[in-house]
This record gives sequence, structure tokens and C-alpha cells, in this order.
Amino acid sequence: MECYLDNSATTKCFEEVKNLVADVMTKDYGNPSSMHRKGVEAEKFMKQAKEIIAANLKVNEKEIFFTSGGTESNNLAIIGAAMANMRAGKHLITSAIEHPSVMNAMKYLEEQGFLVTYLPVDHNGIIDLEKLKEALCDETILVSIMYVNNEIGAASPVEETAQLIKKFNPNILYHVDAIQAFGKYRILPKRQGIDMLSISGHKINGPKGVGVLYVNEKVKIRPIIFGGGQQKGMRSGTENVPGVAGIGLAVQLSYCDFNEKIECLYELKQYFIEEIGKIEGTTINGKTDRKSAPHIISVSFDDVKSEVLLHALESKCIYVSAGSACASNKPAVSQTLKAIGVKKELLDSTVRFSFSFETTKEELTYCLEALKEILPKLRLYKRH
Amino acid sequence: MFQSFLIKYGEIGIKGKNRFLFEDALVKQIKHALKNVDGEFEVFKQQGRIYAEAIGEFDYEEAIEALKKVFGIVGICPVVHVEDEGFEMLSQAVTEYMKKAHPELNQTFKVNARRARKNYPLDSMQINCSMGEKLLEAFPDMKVDVHNPDIMLNIEIREKIYIYSQIIPGPGGMPVGTNGKAMLLLSGGIDSPVAGYMVSKRGVKIDAIYFHAPPYTSERAKQKVVDLAKLVAVYSGPIYLHVINFTDIQLYIYEKCPHEELTIIMRRYMMRIAEHIAKETGSLGLITGESIGQVASQTMQSLAATNEVCTMPVIRPVISFDKQDIVDISQKINTYETSILPFEDCCTIFVAKHPVTKPNINIIKRSEKNLEEKIDELIETAIRTDEVIICD
Repeated sequence: MECYLDNSATTKCFEEVKNLVADVMTKDYGNPSSMHRKGVEAEKFMKQAKEIIAANLKVNEKEIFFTSGGTESNNLAIIGAAMANMRAGKHLITSAIEHPSVMNAMKYLEEQGFLVTYLPVDHNGIIDLEKLKEALCDETILVSIMYVNNEIGAASPVEETAQLIKKFNPNILYHVDAIQAFGKYRILPKRQGIDMLSISGHKINGPKGVGVLYVNEKVKIRPIIFGGGQQKGMRSGTENVPGVAGIGLAVQLSYCDFNEKIECLYELKQYFIEEIGKIEGTTINGKTDRKSAPHIISVSFDDVKSEVLLHALESKCIYVSAGSACASNKPAVSQTLKAIGVKKELLDSTVRFSFSFETTKEELTYCLEALKEILPKLRLYKRH
Repeated sequence: MFQSFLIKYGEIGIKGKNRFLFEDALVKQIKHALKNVDGEFEVFKQQGRIYAEAIGEFDYEEAIEALKKVFGIVGICPVVHVEDEGFEMLSQAVTEYMKKAHPELNQTFKVNARRARKNYPLDSMQINCSMGEKLLEAFPDMKVDVHNPDIMLNIEIREKIYIYSQIIPGPGGMPVGTNGKAMLLLSGGIDSPVAGYMVSKRGVKIDAIYFHAPPYTSERAKQKVVDLAKLVAVYSGPIYLHVINFTDIQLYIYEKCPHEELTIIMRRYMMRIAEHIAKETGSLGLITGESIGQVASQTMQSLAATNEVCTMPVIRPVISFDKQDIVDISQKINTYETSILPFEDCCTIFVAKHPVTKPNINIIKRSEKNLEEKIDELIETAIRTDEVIICD
């Protein structure tokens, strides 16, 4: 049995999406900027995807921009907003457990003379709104906080955060990295007070290399890529029409029978957490109830190195992640796990299981059985 | 501008009656090296020389880069060919050649003609003199120096006339395949690829063996070793890489032996298995990247303890090198960047905090007695499940 439990790293593309992408590549391969019919036809795919996504978010089509993925969306939102609004102030706020595509964009802006406040989080990975209140100042122009944390599944209080910011100063922009949340939560930026929202295609069974940035029409940001002025100059470069068509369809499919699917995920999560609790020497990181994301579970295993456990599971065709996938090629420990206060000896003993709508109870049972078999063996050979 | 290369080789020249074996091997290696270069080449021996001639257009830079990696080549001379249309035309061609090949035109030179086709109207000495004159006329800033010239201008009269004066240094050494075969213990670190390169340079064909310990070492660690073998293969030719699953042996040693002796005992079993496979596959020796004192398992005492299990010669080309010297070579042969990728750390679980640095062979042997029950079977399984990857 193949058991792919690394859906927060990436997901398998929907079959329908794959077919659409292939068709656009080989049949409707025009450049939307071309004046002939081929171009017009390609443009239709752009428009259609925009319509789907705008309707899904209940926003205006012209507020949707396509990027090369989540990283670019986050970069464009943060760097673009900071650069466009620096006259109003040079203070930015984010949390200590953001994805590297936010963290390193912030670091870059620090080098450019901006001041960044990194809000600490509690042991569940949630920011303290009081601390946010204290951090806000006259110089603050942007707050960027992720919706769902990619390593532990913590879901942040988006509306409360927005209210707090806007009450302090309605001009402060609020960016939300929703890359792990989109497809698992109903997100309505205008009602939730979100000014900018980042989405990635391949986390929702869409193609890699395509993402979305929602930017409220009242928000001014500067482009970070310059060229032929496509997408109203906000994001130059020939549009990735196959990818855009693919992400549009993936959004549509993700939100079909949405409530049932989320209910299923929570049930699976509940089952997995209960069963894993029965295994000796395991700790679940973050909240275990419905206040955290339905598809991410972070577990620490006493006396086992996560990388070794990962490879042992791999030999049984079970695929998981050691901490965050983006950090796992480097020996560095996860900043998120550190920030939520995971014990030092468990920092490199933590594994992330992440589900998709295709994950079944049988797969989880198989995975749990494998864990019960592997863990005692691995624990025989402890480090000194 | 150039149409062919004259290949200079060193040590092969003194090989007596076996000389043709070495030359043939070199021709074969040159052909292999030029396979991936844009263009078509004919490589052949003629009158005690080896030529690589391009048939039509070719990528000059690429060809030079490829030839620089063929062991046995001491120098590469790019050659210009001209048709024999009389001495006047030849002197024009040579003048043109000098302008392009040595554009400063202020050096000392000597003309060195060689009349292989004896019906050419001028003899070698006459060509030397007349051509020298023509060049002095054309380039007043150049001078003749017959003892120590900056430029040795060679003119060879054969069917066509060959002109060359540059020598690009080759890697030296001996053509691969002229000195038998040896088995390289390839770890994924910096030293072992260098060791393989160095032995290969002496004409030895290389096989390699890697000990894989899943789940403690990852698939990426294995891929890294494959990549390293491919980088060494650029010089040594195709490498047969044997991947041995070592996990069960490692765990068994861990279970039964004192932990501070773990690394030494593990290495002894690696050597035993390597020797076994070497014998089976026709290798005559083992190659390791060990260097005295670099780590606990490479002290003189540890080396003696590791060496004690094999009867084959164990070649340790970097044994007395400082780390930096090894790093320098690995950078030169382009393995360094791959070697330092950090994929091995999961194996640290098996490293004791204070491993023995001066193992006593008798004590080690006594510890190994604890393994008697199952070790032969485990070794047998490891050898039987040997996975061979051809790295080219």
C-alpha cells in the first residue's frame, strides 16, 4: 500500500486538472498577448480561472493576480507593499513561525532599512493578540501572519487580528499567507478584513509553478518583477496559461462537497491522534481539537531521530516529513518547533503527517501499524 | 583554425616491448573521451605518435577539455593542416599561423621541420633555415633562439603539412586499463573520490563499493555516492558501483560489541566484504581514502587493525596528505561540491562519543567473537543482495 502523508509538502494533481493543463499546452497554447484568435482563446482560460477564484473568495476579478507560486505571492505581497508604502512608515510585523518565503522576505526588508517585529507564539503556535497590540505603532504599515502553520497546523485568529489592526489604524495592511489554509477553510478576505492573501496551486491538488495573490483594489503595491506589463504591470511575464487554467479548476474541485470533506478530514485526524496517543513515547504538538487545521498533525517521538523514522516509514511506502519539508534538507532545527517550546531533545524527533481529501482510514491504520512495528526496533539503538 | 591534435605521452614511451599495449589503451581512452564532444574525430597511431583528427567542424574548447581528462596524455598540441602547394604558399600559411597563435609577435622562436615525406624538395635543415628567414622578415620583433626558444614551431611534411607550436599540458599518468583493476571504498566524503582519482591516474581501472544503511542513511546519501562515482568516472571511465546493504550488520555489531569499538569493527567488516567482492569481480587491490590521524578510525593503530583483515594490497593514496591538500585535489577534479552535501548525518547514531583511538587487535578480535553466531549469515546476505549501479 502506498500511503502519502506529506500533503503539506505537495499534493497529487487532480486527474481533471492534469488533462486540462495538457490540453492548454498542446491545443490552446496561444499567448494571451497575441492579437490573433489563438491569443484570444488562451486569454479565455485566464479569465475563466480568475472568475472561479474571485467567486470563491467573493472578491472582484481584478483583485486576482497570478504568480509562479506561494513563494512569489508572499514576496510580492510583502516586498511590494513595503516598497509602495514606506513613506507612511517603515515598521512591519510578522510572527516567529512564518514560512521561509515570508521570513526571508522580511529579512531582506530589514537589510533595506525596515524594522520588523517578530511576534512570539504560545505552545500551540498562536500569536498573543495583546503582544500584537503592543507592537503596533504609528510607523507600522504591514502585518503579515500565516493562516495555518505548515509544520504544526496551528490556525491563527484571522478576524480578531484584522479587527485589532484596523481599529488601531485602518491604513495598516494585513497580509495572510493562506498557502496551507486555502482549500481547507472558507476564506472571504473582504469579510475577514484581509487585504492580501497568498495561495499556492500545488497544495490544493493543482499544478506546481502557479500561485495566486489577492490584492484588495484599494491597496497599493509595487511590482517586484519588471517586463512586458502583463497583469496590469503587477506581474510581468507571459502568463502561465496552463498553470492558471489548472489552478482555477483545482480551486473549483477542492471546494466541491466542501463541508463533508472537511468533516471527513477532522474525523481522520481525530482517529489518528487517538491511536497515536496509545503508542508509548509520543507527543502531539499544537492543538488536537478543531481549532487547528484538519490536515496537519505534528508528532514527536521519544528517542527516535525523525530522519531515521522517515526513512524507515519510506521503506514501507509511507511518506511523511521531518519537520518542515523546506527545512529538512538542512541540518538546521525547525524554528517553528523551537518557537512553540518543543523540548530540545525532541526537536529532531518530530514528524509531520499531512492528509489530503484522498487519505483513507485504511491508510492511517496501515501507517499506525507500521509505527508500532518500527518504533520499538529503532528505540533499541539509542544515541549515547 | 585547428584541425587536429597531436598527443604527447610520457611514461608510455619507455615501456619497451609492451609499448603498443599502452598506446592502444591510450587511443581507446581518447576515443572514449571525445565521444561526447561536438564533432567527429579519427584517433590513430602513426609513426610512434597519436593523432586525433577532426572530420569537419568541431568544438575546439570542448575537445581540449575532454583531452585534458585522459590519463596518459602529457601534452596536447593543436595542429593546423595545409595542403602542399609549394614552399611560397607554405611560408604564407606559417606566417598567418604565427599571427593567430602567438599574436604578440615579439618572442624568440625556432623552426623545427620534420620531413616524413622524403620527396619534398627541401630537406629539414633547408626548411628550418628558409622558414626562419621568412618569419624574421615578416615579424621584425621576433628573434631566433635555437637553444631555448619561447616558441618551438614544428612543421611536419607528410601527405599534408602539419603546423603546430603550442603544448597544452595534459593530466599525465597512464592510460586507464593498463594496470589492472582495484576496488574503491567510496563513502561520500571528500577523501575517497580523490583516492579513486589518484589510483585511476596510474592506469588502474576502478570499481567502487558503498555501504548503505537504510533507514539510517537516506536515499539521497546513496544518490550522492552515485553522483560522486560519475564525477570520478569522467576521468576513470565507467565505474561499477556495488551498493551493499549494511544495516543489519551494523545493528548486530551495535548490539553485541562495546560501543567505543563500533567504528573499528564496522570498518573491519567493510574491508572483509569489499575484499570478497573485489576477488569475485577481478579486482587486485582495495583503495581507501584514509589519511593518518584524520579521525579516530584512521590512527596508525586503527589502520593496522583495519588492515589486518585483508590479504589484498590496500592502496591509500592520500595516506600522508593534509586535509587541505586533499580538498585542493577534490576541487580540481570537481568532486568537492558534491562531497560536502550534508546527507550523512543520520549515521551519527552509531558513533560513540569517545571511540577507541588506539585499538588493541586482541581485544577487537575478542569482541568480534561475540558476533560468531550470526555474522557469517549476515555477510552472506549482504553480499548476495549487492546492487550494482553502472556510473558513467
